[in-house]
Amino acid sequence: MRDKNHVRPDRGSTSFAIAGYSVMTIITFVSFIPFWLMFTASISDEMSVLTGGFRLIPQKFSLDAYRTIFKGFHQLLKSYLVTCVVTGFGTFVSMLLISTTGYVLMRQDFKARNKISFFIYFTSLFSGGVIPTYILYVKYLQLKNSLWALILPCLLSPWNIFLMRNYMRSIPYSLVDAATIDGASDCQIYARIIMPLCKAGLATVGLFVALTYWNDWYHASLYITNEALYPLQYLLYRMLSNAEYMKQAAAAGVFLENMVLPSETLKMATAIVVTGPIILLYPFVQKYFVKGIMIGSVKG
Amino acid sequence: MKQKDCTEELAKVSCLFPRFARNKVLWLMLSPTLIYFLVFAYVPMVGIWMAFTRFNFRLGFFKSPFVGLKNFEYLFKSGILARLLRNTVLYNLAFLIGGNLAQVVCAVFLSDLKNKRFVKISQNIIFLSYFISWVLVGLFAYALFNVDNGVINSWLRSWGLQEYNFYLEPKAWPPIIIFFQIWKGLGYGSVIYLSVISGIEQEIYESARIDGASKWQQVMHVTLPMIKPTFILLIMFNLGSILKGQFQLFYQLVGNNGILFNVTDIIDTYVYRSLTVNFDIGMGSAAGLFQSVFGCILVLSVNAIVRRVSEDLALF
Repeated sequence: MRDKNHVRPDRGSTSFAIAGYSVMTIITFVSFIPFWLMFTASISDEMSVLTGGFRLIPQKFSLDAYRTIFKGFHQLLKSYLVTCVVTGFGTFVSMLLISTTGYVLMRQDFKARNKISFFIYFTSLFSGGVIPTYILYVKYLQLKNSLWALILPCLLSPWNIFLMRNYMRSIPYSLVDAATIDGASDCQIYARIIMPLCKAGLATVGLFVALTYWNDWYHASLYITNEALYPLQYLLYRMLSNAEYMKQAAAAGVFLENMVLPSETLKMATAIVVTGPIILLYPFVQKYFVKGIMIGSVKG
Repeated sequence: MKQKDCTEELAKVSCLFPRFARNKVLWLMLSPTLIYFLVFAYVPMVGIWMAFTRFNFRLGFFKSPFVGLKNFEYLFKSGILARLLRNTVLYNLAFLIGGNLAQVVCAVFLSDLKNKRFVKISQNIIFLSYFISWVLVGLFAYALFNVDNGVINSWLRSWGLQEYNFYLEPKAWPPIIIFFQIWKGLGYGSVIYLSVISGIEQEIYESARIDGASKWQQVMHVTLPMIKPTFILLIMFNLGSILKGQFQLFYQLVGNNGILFNVTDIIDTYVYRSLTVNFDIGMGSAAGLFQSVFGCILVLSVNAIVRRVSEDLALF
């Protein structure tokens, strides 16, 4: 834009460009290294990793790690199923609740909207904490080893609700008034007018929610002990922490029977398989996230 | 607005709560959300009682013995709370200031580089780390720093230097933890600053140029001052949540590695451990309650200060 008038380049613009390109190249490079490392390690030969360590350029190419994964595919498949069910169902219900709540809170004739907003907002100011919540889930709701324990904790967050409400507020309110005069019911206004107009907002918030579900390992670590119900990220975590545990045991001279240490390349290959969908979808969804952050940075 | 064909029952209700009856469909739409927050956010608040008991899982919530302020007394006197507070606050300060500075640098350069393809690729790669789980971040740290085959130790060995076992060295971890936190939030945060920069009017740059300002001077005297309010605002608001620890970051990078606790234990990891490892639930609840209460006070006071400066910017 600034170059359009063909003015003489500013003093210092060359040094600025040099500085800019070099700083950004370094930052980009540093951001990319871990991903690259994960990829090269997963296609390396196990022995070359054990002797030469992880390298940025694989020393000896091998797909053994992936072969091992597909041989022991059973557990991974189960975890994929768990994660997909939790992410799919959780995101669907979450979007339904977030959109209806956002809709009610944007309705100007809903007099209690400020009180309700505060009722929701207060939960982000003060909370009972991890332990009372844990006791509630395990002792009183009996949700240990239940998929509900993975779905419920991430279902609604005040931030997502207010993001949705703000997005809906950007729709001209006269549409709601006009529809009311035409005799449309509250549900009809929601389904026929508001929902079609905030598809982009729904996509943004939906992606945030889906990402939270996909990447969640924390609630599984609290509530899930049954291996058949491990979600993907927790499966990866267990694999890594078990390997560390066995390594320490071996170093201390304790020999554990029937325990096969997962190889270094297998860890990386599993990480790739577990993260794959995100990396593949990333180019398509990235712009929605940028949009979401812009809306979210507007005051709630 | 009252409908004529409504039942006797509803008519009675609408006399009692005319407002409620008028909006009953809206209330109905809202009810699952209200129930959700009531059950999963407000009911656990009753659980702060546990901070005052020697909680026993088998005896449950009502029968565990009451010990008054004993748990808090222990946390204070043993120095645990002081250590947790110090770590939580100092890390959060470093995340906040370091993170925002890095984001500003990124945004300033990205907004001004002429090669748009470079900008796009660079931004996409920097943003990628926001999308991955913390488990993966833990794995990345392991691949870089572990002593047997980590990248850094492989380099050290190939250069004939002595290997360095990061996982036994507490002093190595504060920089590593701070690095990964900044790394993960860089793409996300710089988008906010990019949007501020794109909102700066071009006339300001024009007049600076006419006055003979160099590119660097334009950045120093136009761009940065224009970003400053956002910068201060973001810092201010996040100061309110300075007691909220980044649990996933710390737990995935360090885990239950006791050697490093002195410099890596924050309130959140302590509470989690008291629940899953030590089963010292009363003590964990006490630390958690301390965090909740002072965190809430902090947010409210920061908001009060912001409100005094400018009413529009206050959160509520």
